[in-house]
Amino acid sequence: MTKYLLGRLGQSAVVLVIVSLVIFGLVHLLPGSPAKAELGIKATPQAIAAFNRLNGFDKPLWVQYWVYVDHLFHGNLGFSYDENAPVTQLFMARFPKSMLLVGLSLVVAVVLAIPLGVYQAVRRNGVGDYMLTGASFGLYSFPTFWLGFVLIALLSVSLHLFPPTAPSGNSVFAILADWRGLVLPVMTLALVSVAAFSRYMRSSMIDALAQDYIRTARAKGLSERAVLMVHALRNSLIPMATMIGLSLPSILGGALVTEQVYNYPGVGLLFFDAAGRSDFPVLLGLTLVGAVGVVIGNLVADIAYVTLDPRIRY
Amino acid sequence: MSIPRQLTASELPPSPEGGEARSSGSTVRLVAAAFAENRLAVVGLGVIVAMALFSFAGPLLYHTNQVSPNPSIADLPPSGAHLLGTDSQGYDVLGRLMVGGRSSLEIGLAVGAVATVFGTLYGAVSAVMGGATDAVMMRLVDGFYSIPALFLLIILADMFTPNLPLLIVVLSFISWLAPARLVRGEALSLRTREYVQAVKVAGGRRGRVVWRHIVPNAIGTIAVNASFQVADAVLALATLSFLGLGLPPPAASWGGMLSDGITYLYDGYWWQVYPAGIAIVVVVVAFNLLGDALRDSLDVRLRRR
Repeated sequence: MTKYLLGRLGQSAVVLVIVSLVIFGLVHLLPGSPAKAELGIKATPQAIAAFNRLNGFDKPLWVQYWVYVDHLFHGNLGFSYDENAPVTQLFMARFPKSMLLVGLSLVVAVVLAIPLGVYQAVRRNGVGDYMLTGASFGLYSFPTFWLGFVLIALLSVSLHLFPPTAPSGNSVFAILADWRGLVLPVMTLALVSVAAFSRYMRSSMIDALAQDYIRTARAKGLSERAVLMVHALRNSLIPMATMIGLSLPSILGGALVTEQVYNYPGVGLLFFDAAGRSDFPVLLGLTLVGAVGVVIGNLVADIAYVTLDPRIRY
Repeated sequence: MSIPRQLTASELPPSPEGGEARSSGSTVRLVAAAFAENRLAVVGLGVIVAMALFSFAGPLLYHTNQVSPNPSIADLPPSGAHLLGTDSQGYDVLGRLMVGGRSSLEIGLAVGAVATVFGTLYGAVSAVMGGATDAVMMRLVDGFYSIPALFLLIILADMFTPNLPLLIVVLSFISWLAPARLVRGEALSLRTREYVQAVKVAGGRRGRVVWRHIVPNAIGTIAVNASFQVADAVLALATLSFLGLGLPPPAASWGGMLSDGITYLYDGYWWQVYPAGIAIVVVVVAFNLLGDALRDSLDVRLRRR
């Protein structure tokens, strides 16, 4: 087990190095040069030289990469000239709000997807299964922003159930106090994942139900309920850990769009606003943080997988 | 549900030998058989063909001006003259749906093709090379996978002014990872088969192994994934358009129509929103259905249920 953990940690470290190289590479792909991207195309050669000296862009590439990594280790994600603030500070101010949105949606998605998937697996190829399959195909094929607007049109404008914009409170507590405003954003982000998760849960449960130990459980006279809940469900839940880990990048992308649709002041909106004014230090810094989050998420999912499944021993 | 039983030798699918793609027939015949036995795949394909006809042949029958805005006929509701009304620029919505469908389908299919070809070759080469090269090539894929695709997409679309070929390149850039991983997985198991070993013993080059053995044998997996790639590309293009990073006007795309119209959704201009929104969902569902149904048919394990 220790050996597996060490190996898996090492693999994550290598992936992080590659991620940092890719993002470092993007800085140098900027049209013209980082200096021109920041100072504008009419910047004087003197201003460019000064900017390059200040940011170390006049040094060899490998030195620059080293400095970049050194900054990262010190929590320095870069500096936004447009906001006149360090990217880390901008990120930390928004991070709890996005965590709240993403976390709540993940919980809602998993809580909805598990019973749906189990139902579909048990009633496989029945009318209910076909209808739910159709619904999840439909949901999965909705662009997230379009789903958001349809929900607003339906539940907010027509039925007046929930407000169409997200709470704009400054702290997580202020946002939670205005929970009605959170319903639609969380629902939008959760629904797209429910479609994928319930499909996965369905096939995972079908696989579990086809195992020999299910036949044994039935043969020894256990109630169907016990067979499903204790034997099949628990085993089919394990692969879901991996599925959740793997879907993190698309959930973060979905959060970006959802925050934009509902004007929710999280990291996604920060990213979107930065894109609008081509504030590349913010864009690249946030992308790096997103990727690190994904790598950690996948690591946790994989460790959860081997911990939950007693059959896997290293 | 049916109880799984042990398969007898005659029921088991024949194992591929001698380098044939499948010993039961050519790939074309296999895919044709897969379609015949799976109605959902036929439905998916039918919808795709219908949408392609609508987008490419439609404008030949239904002539509309989609180039110069005409404010005097803006925001008209559906009528005999404009079957789906006009948008805020005075463009005929039905005609624009056709023209927009053309660019959406073109980009979707092109991205599916580019990403699939590049990903397939990358995955196959990685598996055939093996060792350190394989490790480096796949860690690179892991690295790109960890970066949320939409973030990367926005940065790339922001760096360069979007146009049709560029959007195809940018979308392909984030789409080749899945086929690369899938094909590498397939190729790793194919690599050890006797007929591949035989090519090596006979002095065949690695290129031959990739082209003549690995790619044809993995074609089922590749085809299924390509279908999903097209669906994802159409969705990603719509999202980019919503974020203002899609094709610049006067070029039309479904995502662009949808995001333009959404501003007026609550003012009752439903015809500016729903046609494009429904078109996107229908086409994406069709490609997903096609991929899903093909996978079921090509999956030997599920085929014998």
